[in-house]
Amino acid sequence: MSGPSTYEPKSGFTRWLDKRLPIIRLGYDSFVAYPTPRNLNYWWTFGAMLSLCLIVQIVTGVVLAMHYVPHINLAFSSVQRIDRDVPFGWLIQNIHSVGASMFFLAVYIHMFRGLYYGSYKAPRELLWILGCVIYLLMVGTAFLGYTLPWGQMSFWGATVITNLLGALPVIGESIRNWLMGGFSVDQPTINRFFSLHYLLPFVIAGVVALHVWALHESGQNNPTGVEVKSKADTVPFTPHATMKDLFATTLFIMLFAVFVFYMPDALGHADNYIPANPLQTPPEIVPEWYLLPFYAILRAFDFNIGPIDSKLAGVLAMFAAIGVLFVLPWLDTSKVRSMRYRPAARQFFLVFAVVCFGLGWCGGQNPGNILAKSGDFTATLTWIQGGQVATQPIEAQSAAQWEEAARAAEQGAQGAAMMAVTRSGATTGTLRAVSGGSPQTRTVRAATTDELETEISAVKAEVGSAAPFFTVERYTPFTFTVTRLAQVLTLYYFLFFLIILPLLGLRETPGRVPDTIAKPVGDGQTQGAA
Amino acid sequence: MAGAASSAHEVGETRRDFIFIAGGAVAAVGAAATVWPFIDQMNPAADTRALSTTEVDLTAIEPGQQIKVMWQGKPVFVRHRTPTEVADAQRDDYASLKDPQIDADRIKQEDGQAGRPEWLVLQASCTHLGCIPTFAEGAYHGWFCPCHGSVYDTSGRIRSGPAPKNLYPAPYVFTGANAIRIG
Ligand code: HEM
Ligand code: FES
Repeated sequence: MSGPSTYEPKSGFTRWLDKRLPIIRLGYDSFVAYPTPRNLNYWWTFGAMLSLCLIVQIVTGVVLAMHYVPHINLAFSSVQRIDRDVPFGWLIQNIHSVGASMFFLAVYIHMFRGLYYGSYKAPRELLWILGCVIYLLMVGTAFLGYTLPWGQMSFWGATVITNLLGALPVIGESIRNWLMGGFSVDQPTINRFFSLHYLLPFVIAGVVALHVWALHESGQNNPTGVEVKSKADTVPFTPHATMKDLFATTLFIMLFAVFVFYMPDALGHADNYIPANPLQTPPEIVPEWYLLPFYAILRAFDFNIGPIDSKLAGVLAMFAAIGVLFVLPWLDTSKVRSMRYRPAARQFFLVFAVVCFGLGWCGGQNPGNILAKSGDFTATLTWIQGGQVATQPIEAQSAAQWEEAARAAEQGAQGAAMMAVTRSGATTGTLRAVSGGSPQTRTVRAATTDELETEISAVKAEVGSAAPFFTVERYTPFTFTVTRLAQVLTLYYFLFFLIILPLLGLRETPGRVPDTIAKPVGDGQTQGAA
Repeated sequence: MAGAASSAHEVGETRRDFIFIAGGAVAAVGAAATVWPFIDQMNPAADTRALSTTEVDLTAIEPGQQIKVMWQGKPVFVRHRTPTEVADAQRDDYASLKDPQIDADRIKQEDGQAGRPEWLVLQASCTHLGCIPTFAEGAYHGWFCPCHGSVYDTSGRIRSGPAPKNLYPAPYVFTGANAIRIG
């Protein structure tokens, strides 16, 4: 792509260096002379911000590590000490924790850019996959880092996630204990999480180098998705891309600074300011905002799929949600890269983006919350006011014959207005039958099951001993809960990658690419002049 | 001539192949043997693994109360059940349960002897994803897990919600009239 090097060392020293270690040449070819398509828009500036984020996290992280103590009894207060006592510790700590969020903000925009403009298609498959690897490493690093301050969310987040691995059949338990270094999240866990949290960003830096190398081999995609045809379609990286990146990054830093200086805790959870307590679970455990969509997918599986229980299904789906990104280059069958020229695909893409936000929203809600329902929850209670109660013991020959014995007893009491069987042991129980009295019914309504149960208890308390027992018929309306919504959204997430993109590429009629774009720029200019 | 040369060649190659494969196999075993210590070091260490036990004095726990004690780094519920709670637990032995088990089996001591109905000793981790359920809440007044809404009865059996199993009993024995040892 970049062609033969055009670097010419000017001074004696650079000539000397160039013969021995052509590092200036590498920099020049990569970031000065490197040709970039002239039609790149601002969605192409997020790579620069991501590089900045990585550097910021590493620099602030190394400094934090000078003051942080990875110990269950000291970690929390050591972070507090950084915030309060260490000179400028508050600044560095805020930059690091806000930085994680800014990093993910930038990476999500960067990824959606790739999806929209088809940057994952040949010849950029590896470039895309390396990006997915970086994203996975980022998720891991952020999870490990979030554990370090050892607040309530740190501790319980780590507990829930390590327990997820325990859902794997057979080996799950061993893997979990191996990861925690014990039977619960404890001192060995925080120690190793610190070690790995320090390591992974450098691994990320390594993969970023490969990512940029792959980028410079295949060249940048551009908003039209049509490969650049000649030198006239490109401009040198410096000053064009450099200046544009600098401008966009400056805006990004301003947003970053707003969070760091005015609302450093806005993106975190208040409960993480409570020291970790293994004896008490916080009322709700939610991950950081950037992992909420995956949390929603995890919890969407509240049903078993054949032999796979709900817990394992959720874990598998969550990993699959990232996994599909790796094979995306082979799932999308369309030859056209940019969605600009794929009107149908663009609609599906926009829905997909909304779905991702929707999943994020679901991840932050209580899964049982009812969003819509067809009616009230109602219950009808029936009882006999002031009847005669006859109690009769039931004895079965064996536990297996219990049902039979109970039915026989009920038949014997035929004619009673109401009866109830209570089993008190494997073979014993009692039948209570009421005769006489006046039958009563009452219907109660409520907005949720919990409220309904309260209403039922209230009626029972009110009637009191006037009724020996009640029969309660409950009616549950059709309800649409957060979990149901998450299920619908999860379904679309996977349909988009596994069905829509593969089929659409074969069936759609792409929009026409204007000649001015399809042909090299040089031609366009002569036409324009004529 | 050409045929003879090529057959001699083949003989040489199979021999070389064998050396390659054997060499490769030895190297693979060596690599695995080298990597293993680096993986295994992350497993629970001997001091963590060492079966620690926890002694609990029961005199301080009034009926209707529970305490949480730490055993092997994990919390354990020691619950002094009221007669009503015991009756509720036994009444539901034959109710329709997700993970059917009778109360008497759940209070059994580690040595196989019967427990005492008023004392229930359970591992305090929700069998869903490991949160600590809250005491005497939920429709069955056993425990309620705030994380994803699992409801347990006064025997610690799962009654509703996503958890697949009953709360696991902790291994314990009575060491006196008013003392137990966990582990
Ligand atoms: C990919 C880059 C990184 C990401 C996404 C990341 C993410 C995080 C997050 C989310 C936290 C919790 C912040 C809080 O709540 O205060 C954290 C804490 C921490 N990180 Fe990082 N980090 C990265 C790089 C690094 C590096 C390179 C180091 C050290 C060499 C480091 C050292 C620390 C330390 C010591 C803490 C605990 C102190 C604290 O919470 O302020 N991090 N990290
Ligand atoms: S951890 Fe208890 S319900 Fe999920």
